[in-house]
Amino acid sequence: MKVLVAVKRVIDYNVKIRVKADNSDVDLTNVKMAMNPFCEIAVEEAVRLKEKGVATEVVAVTVGPKAAQEQLRTALALGADRAIHIETDERVESLAVAKLLAKVVEEEQPGLVVLGKQAIDTDNNQTGQMLAALSGLPQGTFASEVVVDGDKVNVTREIDGGLQTITLSLPAIITADLRLNEPRYAKLPDIMKAKKKPLDVKTPGDYGVEVASKVSLLKVESPAERQGGVKVASVDELIDKLKNEAKVL
Amino acid sequence: MSILVLAEHHDGQLAGATAHVVAAAQAIQQDSGGDIDILVVGENVATIAEAAAKLDGVSKVRVADNAVYAHQLAEPVGALLVELVNDYGHILAAASTTAKNIMPRVAALKDVSQISEIVAVDAADTFKRPIYAGNAIATVRSTDVLKVITVRSTGFDAVGTNGNASVETVDTVVENSQSTFIRQELAESDRPELAGAKVVISGGRGMGNGENFKLLDGIADKLGAAIGASRAAVDAGFVPNDMQVGQTGKIVAPELYIAVGISGAIQHLAGMKDSKVIVAINKDEEAPIFQVADYGLVGDLFEILPELESRL
Repeated sequence: MKVLVAVKRVIDYNVKIRVKADNSDVDLTNVKMAMNPFCEIAVEEAVRLKEKGVATEVVAVTVGPKAAQEQLRTALALGADRAIHIETDERVESLAVAKLLAKVVEEEQPGLVVLGKQAIDTDNNQTGQMLAALSGLPQGTFASEVVVDGDKVNVTREIDGGLQTITLSLPAIITADLRLNEPRYAKLPDIMKAKKKPLDVKTPGDYGVEVASKVSLLKVESPAERQGGVKVASVDELIDKLKNEAKVL
Repeated sequence: MSILVLAEHHDGQLAGATAHVVAAAQAIQQDSGGDIDILVVGENVATIAEAAAKLDGVSKVRVADNAVYAHQLAEPVGALLVELVNDYGHILAAASTTAKNIMPRVAALKDVSQISEIVAVDAADTFKRPIYAGNAIATVRSTDVLKVITVRSTGFDAVGTNGNASVETVDTVVENSQSTFIRQELAESDRPELAGAKVVISGGRGMGNGENFKLLDGIADKLGAAIGASRAAVDAGFVPNDMQVGQTGKIVAPELYIAVGISGAIQHLAGMKDSKVIVAINKDEEAPIFQVADYGLVGDLFEILPELESRL
């Protein structure tokens, strides 16, 4: 079966972000960008399914500016067979991404779609669920284990109290949690080979999807700064401070 | 338009988070008016509905009790909500794994956006939410006809339990042939729930191994604290992942947060930096955790923890 994997270009997770002086958004000029960590895990899982002989083809897809092709090339270097870039410079909300991905799902008819559980920039945790809803497919979110078994897939999910295992009929949508796997690094020869792999460029218009959202971003601010505290010299001093100064004991 | 709150519950108990979500609903109600209803979905949930009826500010509790809703799988519960939300202008739920699973499904089926993990209500259509692991706060306005919202409990104080709402049954039953519950493995704990605890003590990679987490037990017992962990401690296999505090784990904001052997990566800070008082115990005096800690103690945790336990 074919596996579709969605990736997002985001600010590198190690970067300390800056809010723009006019509070319109976070400043992304000259900032290191990378593949969203949860998407890396999704790609790794798709590639592993191919290595196990479960997947016959892995197709990577992204929605974003031209520069997002770097992340598609990364996915190709990691083992995806081909890529689809839906190019737009607009700020695309989860719902619009899900609508675009639903069109790709309709066109490509994958047996499984793997996404990250959330992007580390917007922290929405919505797209996979929305895609499942729009495609009329079952969902296995926050997956820490995925086992394809005939026309079903068993998904172990990370839930608040521990773990839950469910069975979904295929095709299905999976979103990856951190513990699903440990992504590999792309080797130089694979990075070279990835440059020759097919990458289709489309636009939201090609799919007839309007990306404008009814949610507008009014303002972005830095959170309240915490005051740097004091260092204490001993356990006794710590307990004394907690009791008498902070009054939390 | 009225506001619908999806009750958070597990193990036959109404979760504390629900009372925080009702508080967020009241903040919206102040601007837009309307009633606040609670929906309890599951199997054998009568006692949960009774508890929900006691929450202050709630007009009506609606109960959908059926085997198809057991374990609150996203497909049937999402389908049920789509049937019910037409009467409402807002639908709110706690930002728990259960609701995060269901709510975006409902939003997409109603062709509206979801606003995730709000921490403040500016107006009935305008909300504040953290982005970039809590390193920025976005103010967003939604003109969607239905606002689908998840609420970060730590942003709102819980409402009281002196209410007396009416309880009515929802007869809608949907079919689900797409997903089946197989099993769950829940971590056993007598301690307070991590997300709602007044005191949290967390261990990181510096704990060395899972066995050493026992050093936190005595202190947690004396303080009535929940025990948490950093992602490094979870990934190293020291403790189960439901103890993880951080962007990808649980968000906590207790009165007192004690970080032991935790360096303070952005990911971890996202889960605890709204705590009232933060204490860091770490042998590395350059660790970033000291930049957010109100009280820092530099030293070997294996000496400090037993001493702390004996002095409390």
